[in-house]
Amino acid sequence: MSMATPLGGPFTHSGASISRTMTLVMAALLPATIFGLYQFGWPAIFLFLVTVVSAVLAEFLALRMAGKPVMPFISDGSAMLTGWLIAMSLPPWAPWWVGVLGSFIAILLAKHPFDGIGQNLFNPAMVARTVLLISFPVEMTRFVAPMPLGSADAPGFISALEITFGLGSHFDAMSSASFLGSVKTQLGQAERLPDILASGYHPFALAFGTVSGSTGETSALFLLAGGLFLLATRIISWHIPIAMIITMVALSGIFHFIDPNHFLGPVMELSSGTFIFATFFIATDYVTAPSTPLGKLIFGAGVAALTFLIRTFAAYPEGVAFSILLMNATVPIIDHTIRPRIYGRTRKGVPIQHKPK
Amino acid sequence: MKIFRISGGIHPKGNKELSAEKAIEPVPMPSVLRIPLQQHIGAPAVPIVAKGDVVKKGQLLAIARGAVSAPVHAPTSGRIVAIGRFVAPHASGLPGATITMRPDRRDEWGERLPALDPATAEPSALAERVGSCGIVGMGGATFPSAVKLNLRSRHALHTLVINAAECEPYLTCDDRLMRERTDDVFDGIRIMAKALGVAKVLIAIEGNKPEALAALTGAARATGDKSVAVVKVPTRYPMGSEKHLVQTLTGLETPARALTADIGIVVHNVATAYAVYKAVRLGEPLISRIVTVSGKAMVRTGNFEVLIGTPIHHLISHCGGHVEEPARLLLGGPMMGQPISSTRASIVKGSNGVLALAESEVPSGKTMPCIRCTACVVACPCGLAPFDMAQRIRNDELDGAVKIGLLDCLSCGSCAWVCPSHVPLVQYFNYAKGKLTAEQRAKHKQEETKRLSQFRDMRMDKLKKAKQEAMAKMMAEREAKKKAELAEAADEAKVTE
Repeated sequence: MSMATPLGGPFTHSGASISRTMTLVMAALLPATIFGLYQFGWPAIFLFLVTVVSAVLAEFLALRMAGKPVMPFISDGSAMLTGWLIAMSLPPWAPWWVGVLGSFIAILLAKHPFDGIGQNLFNPAMVARTVLLISFPVEMTRFVAPMPLGSADAPGFISALEITFGLGSHFDAMSSASFLGSVKTQLGQAERLPDILASGYHPFALAFGTVSGSTGETSALFLLAGGLFLLATRIISWHIPIAMIITMVALSGIFHFIDPNHFLGPVMELSSGTFIFATFFIATDYVTAPSTPLGKLIFGAGVAALTFLIRTFAAYPEGVAFSILLMNATVPIIDHTIRPRIYGRTRKGVPIQHKPK
Repeated sequence: MKIFRISGGIHPKGNKELSAEKAIEPVPMPSVLRIPLQQHIGAPAVPIVAKGDVVKKGQLLAIARGAVSAPVHAPTSGRIVAIGRFVAPHASGLPGATITMRPDRRDEWGERLPALDPATAEPSALAERVGSCGIVGMGGATFPSAVKLNLRSRHALHTLVINAAECEPYLTCDDRLMRERTDDVFDGIRIMAKALGVAKVLIAIEGNKPEALAALTGAARATGDKSVAVVKVPTRYPMGSEKHLVQTLTGLETPARALTADIGIVVHNVATAYAVYKAVRLGEPLISRIVTVSGKAMVRTGNFEVLIGTPIHHLISHCGGHVEEPARLLLGGPMMGQPISSTRASIVKGSNGVLALAESEVPSGKTMPCIRCTACVVACPCGLAPFDMAQRIRNDELDGAVKIGLLDCLSCGSCAWVCPSHVPLVQYFNYAKGKLTAEQRAKHKQEETKRLSQFRDMRMDKLKKAKQEAMAKMMAEREAKKKAELAEAADEAKVTE
């Protein structure tokens, strides 16, 4: 179509912009990020920087290749946020190339082949995480116990360079499984849940985040705070988070009630792994979520249900990334089926009828 | 009174403080008045004066044509200097039929219609007066008011809603009118209720106009008229949308493709009520209106009583001109107003504001791709998915856009206001609606041509048949005649034998 008509209204605007949205999301991520980087020290900081910078670089390359104007797009903050989200979901001491590869997969494989911002069907960060997990299972599941910056065991600046950019020779000694991973392994060895948990897992540690795991997803509380900030600033709506949390609580509650020896309860499911992170920062991604409130509820419930199923019954200890990608694929169908009700019409689109008085 | 919630809507910055405390002022007589013949929805008025005629104030210049139309009157006394095409107050800048007159500065009234007493006058006489005084909806829609006052004949009406929401930012003309001419406005409202024969009147004013609320509440109390209620409605755009206002007040949702009259409610703008007061009580036609002049690029802002036909530049220069080159010059509010293509165009019956917006007041964001944030879905008061409609229009799927509600769109601009990507959504919709109308017109024309040619074929067929029949009849007659002659001859032969 042509837009030859004279510029029309409205001649005033709310002031919203893509970069403002991205900035607010990053601000919401800040507490959990700072906490994660503090906990996992210099190697995590290096990996974070490498991932974010390479995401912006990948965006630059993609825009140049596509012949699109670089400045307006690179300054919208979306690539930086994608890199940030990937960094949050990587094992903190992963080598540099894992971060670079993740960013390149996200931007060059998941975003730009679909024509860039707003067009991608799948969440780029989750595509990156999934591809990396399948391609490099060792690097992607080698977690470390928290060693806060300045603590006795924490690697210094120089040895951190070695960890991130070197060959990682002295890595193995410190590796440790994530909570969900070790629970899955031990359950597989026919142990009972209460015994596993008694060996040192506290709900509080899981919620606060002083456990091993990916850089940005261990602290459910800081992530929740960021999520509430996004709700308060209306960057996200409540539909997806509430649907996810209620579904997860309901499913895990039922199973836990039936057999507490083999199924984690709602508190553990919510506070462990990447669930809260995904609830507020990934599943709510505009581009890859449904557009109506009802659609969002269905989408959120689907992500949580799939996550529960994968975590509980499948081979992988964590299932959020898979669940989100699977549900991303259903979004066009959800949006096609569930439309907002038009004013003066029924949901089916026929004009409403008033009963004669 | 209970207020009902509507879904969607936005809270744009009001900017009403720029002019809300400025009392209504007259404007000096301009040296020329250009009065368009199309100041209303419907057919343009037909001039009954000629170049060179000397006219008095209030004299009829052009008469209404057809069922939906409105006459046009002389705003002052003077001489008609031209009748022709002149730039119209419309974004297109296209010229429209216009009567140009030069005021004689005596401002002499001609013959005025006699005052009507609403207590004794027939409802139809009141409506007729409103029609003959050229009153149209003054909220901007400019629908001939008499047509709406006559809806009683076809609909079971029970409520008159007075739209005094004034939800567009910057505009304060209705606010001032209600505060300064309270009793006359209230009288006009009661006259309209009488003409409509309704038992209930609801005057809806947004909460950001406490003085107007207090003034009209006081007027209602003073008359002791229990059938009139002044209602404070939430300050939320687009509260002034007819159907949304009705829903806020009554909880009733008007069905799609229907009028509020179909559910028994008629909505009139508050400035229209004032014009009705003047027409009925004073016999004065609609020849002036209150206009808000505002925006940070104006030297002086305010509310002015402006003669219809006053050139916009006259009003602007009366306000001291511009502080800086305005980034936008608008007729109407910033949400649904139109850019002024030429300040030589006139103030007309539907002009409620002249806004000169400074660079700092207008959006500067660059258009980016849609990120499906669905802020537009949340903001849409009509339950539409604007981003989806725009996408379909961009892909030239007009039918698809219609299927998901394009024709239910009000063009209120809420979606574009919230869009973080600055997508010109309203422009997409207006473009598509325009294209559909053109297509429909073309289709209609095609069908009409087809119908006519079919009709012609049919007529030809009939003619041919008739000709054949006539021929056959003639032949038969001739045959019969021949037979008769033969028989006669035979008879004669017999006789002679």
